[in-house]
Amino acid sequence: MVNVIWMFMAIVGIVYAMFNGTMEEVNKALFESANEAVKLSIGLISILVFWLGIMKIAEEAGILKVLTRLLRPVVVRIFPEIPKDHPALGYILSNFTANIFGLGNAATPLGIKAMEQMKELSGTDTASRSMITFLAINTAGLTIIPTTIISIRMQYHSVSPTEIVGTTIIATGISLISALLLDRFFYYRSTRRKK
Amino acid sequence: MGVITAISTWLIPSFLLIVLITATWKKIPAYELFVEGGKEGVKLAFSLLPFLVGMLVSISILRSSGALEALINFISPLLMLIGVPPDIVPLALVRPISGNAALGVTSELIATHGPDSFIGRLASTMQGSTDTTLYILTVYFGAVGIKKMRYAVKVGLLADLVGIIVSIIIVTLIFG
Repeated sequence: MVNVIWMFMAIVGIVYAMFNGTMEEVNKALFESANEAVKLSIGLISILVFWLGIMKIAEEAGILKVLTRLLRPVVVRIFPEIPKDHPALGYILSNFTANIFGLGNAATPLGIKAMEQMKELSGTDTASRSMITFLAINTAGLTIIPTTIISIRMQYHSVSPTEIVGTTIIATGISLISALLLDRFFYYRSTRRKK
Repeated sequence: MGVITAISTWLIPSFLLIVLITATWKKIPAYELFVEGGKEGVKLAFSLLPFLVGMLVSISILRSSGALEALINFISPLLMLIGVPPDIVPLALVRPISGNAALGVTSELIATHGPDSFIGRLASTMQGSTDTTLYILTVYFGAVGIKKMRYAVKVGLLADLVGIIVSIIIVTLIFG
């Protein structure tokens, strides 16, 4: 499906530009955005190196295990496929924690680590059930305090920059629950189809 | 807000401290482990690069050609019928595709309508309540080499739709 979306965006854009005289902009944007993507990836190096380095120590020191043990009852229910003592749970939890506190920088490397562990469990290049559940939670978002938005509101002299925290939490919560329900629904549909 | 900002700034250094103290206590070669783990980070960043280039280029073609805007103009009247304010439509469509673009649209909406207007509050809530689905799927699946995403895209985009609808309802109820 990403294949379809990817090709759709590019093809529609180029065909539209043919008839609307925006080919020059498209041509320019092509290389600018490629450049932008490379910068983004290079920028990720520092964060990835730092966090994967620290988490390696944390894993070795047994800190991930402690974290997993504390929150295990909840997570085991969300991820029934992952064995109870598997390090994947530790990384999943650290990713959630980082997300909740709005530390997007830290969340990405931890999430990738969690995905790696889940891939080891499944051993194929097909997304496993746990991976999809994990990403469903991530795409729905876990932010409690939307720091970026608050700072933008401050810049534009809001009387109460944080007044949207409440509505954001409710909206996040409901979309999170629906992401989990949708995930379950599509999972059971896919197992039924196999039979 | 002060407390929350303080927690966010203290969290990482404190975590670092706990990790290092535990490592010292357990006599673990922390520096060697850090370097070992860090090496994976370098590899990872480079393996992500083609995925990001591909996705960002495709998105930029759609945006720069004007097709995205045309699409938004085309869909707006339909969405207005079900009660979606027309000003918010671009944000709703862009949010799952591009995080930076969405942030741009949100800032623009806040700038033109004011942060304390209905649109300003709605844009803020919408921006804060979901994450960039396409980016997350690209990065996470790309990093570990997953080729078949199965129903992940459907779940992500449908959850976004729910998030948008819920944002509109909540903001209308509370601030409307």
